[in-house]
Amino acid sequence: MALSDPTTLDSYIDAVAAALGLPIDPAWKPAVRANLEVSLELGRLVDEFPLPDETEPASVFSA
Amino acid sequence: MSTDWMTAAETAAAVANRTTTALAATEAALARIAKADATLNAFTDVVAERARARAREIDAAIARGESVGPLVGVPFAVKNLFDVAGLATRAGSKINRDRSPAADDAPLIKRLEAAGAVLIGALNMGEYAYDFTGENIHDGPSRNPHDPTRMTGGSSGGSGAAVAGGEVPLALGSDTNGSIRVPSSLCGIFGLKPTYGRLPRTGSFPFVASFDHLGPLARSAADLALAYDAMQGPDDGDAACTTRAPEPVSGLLAQGIDGLRIAKAGGYFEANVFPEAQEAVGRVVKALGVTRSVELPEAARARAAAYVISTTEGASLHLDRLRRQPNDFDPAVRDRLLAGAMVPAPLVDRAQKFRRWYRARVLEVFEQVDVIIAPATPCVAPKLGQVTFTLDGVELPVRANVGIHTQPISFIGLPVVAVPIPLAPMPIGVQIIAAPWREDIALRVAAALERAGVARAPRPKDF
Repeated sequence: MALSDPTTLDSYIDAVAAALGLPIDPAWKPAVRANLEVSLELGRLVDEFPLPDETEPASVFSA
Repeated sequence: MSTDWMTAAETAAAVANRTTTALAATEAALARIAKADATLNAFTDVVAERARARAREIDAAIARGESVGPLVGVPFAVKNLFDVAGLATRAGSKINRDRSPAADDAPLIKRLEAAGAVLIGALNMGEYAYDFTGENIHDGPSRNPHDPTRMTGGSSGGSGAAVAGGEVPLALGSDTNGSIRVPSSLCGIFGLKPTYGRLPRTGSFPFVASFDHLGPLARSAADLALAYDAMQGPDDGDAACTTRAPEPVSGLLAQGIDGLRIAKAGGYFEANVFPEAQEAVGRVVKALGVTRSVELPEAARARAAAYVISTTEGASLHLDRLRRQPNDFDPAVRDRLLAGAMVPAPLVDRAQKFRRWYRARVLEVFEQVDVIIAPATPCVAPKLGQVTFTLDGVELPVRANVGIHTQPISFIGLPVVAVPIPLAPMPIGVQIIAAPWREDIALRVAAALERAGVARAPRPKDF
């Protein structure tokens, strides 16, 4: 089941909130869900863009 | 003589040649603020006694015949995410007001004061800089000097209002995804977002470490250059700050655009714009004689990646505050940050990898051109409280769409000057984008447009 399903997404929000110790009032959840839907939609654009395995992230650590 | 509506350079010249004094320029700024800020709500703190003391020191130095800096006697103010000695660095929030007062000024404030400028106060901003509107639930919105029923744009909204409303000729802001360029556009002033890493962010409250930039807003390109030159230089307090030697630009602005290859950004940057943005870009393109168009590959994906990185790094920054004081945030900011905490980590990693890919492609474009012209915002200032606008029959959220043209540029740290095009009744900005470390080129183009009368910070009728 995809995260785009509202029930699934609500369950995901509850699980991550518990894992991170974030208090989420039920009244806030529709707005949190709406924001997360936007982030996941934009994240999908990033996800589906193929990059070579060797691609380095923008920031490169130097010792 | 009146220093009202003088540029920073004009004010400094008047103080240096003793036509006026630093104290008189300071008092004039304080008087303008006392009068205008009831409407504009640009300032959250005015440090009047500090400013007067500093101005008296400058006037005494001038009386002794000492040499003075290029910004001598120029009143300036800073977005309230800059450390100002003695003030809690609130960054637009309620929560940060409980912090201890800053022990010292941010280095950029020190550098401007070393050049002779006089700090007048700290400016309103969107909470924790996660904002494109200039609205603030705790301090009230900053208001647009051209129409106080409209937004200033954010998050450096107070910086936009203070400069466009003539309270001060120079302000500092920060730009993570557009927060200098958006208020510059909506308020009709010049703004410089330098190359990522050019100016140290030490002593400023962060938002997204990958993207945070600091820079000046002013009413002329020359003033941007003066402030930028005064602020360049390495600083150990910012790991991202360059060790490159300063590259002063003020002496280069008169060079004009001869020899520069200038193109208009096509594709993504021509979509989702209102007629006023098309008109503004059209005026700039015509004035510069631009005939070619270039495409920044995957710009929409760049904007998406910038969004993902911003929301997650922002969430990470505020995670503990979200746990302890969720009710003390602006609820809209809190809910965005909570959602940001829930974005799966692989998407963030992929966004940072895409960022490297995109940077390489855009640098290839810069092998063909020196300057790219693009809209700064899709529209003129929306009404305060406006939630959506309708474009091509589609209703879109204002907050998420005001920065669509700025985000793909700051995503890879390119230097940009936002130039104001004085459309009536509301001005709008255009981005002059250059390759990394070529602020000089962007400022030369901005100055040329200003000399041609195409770019100008219009004086609001009521200020």
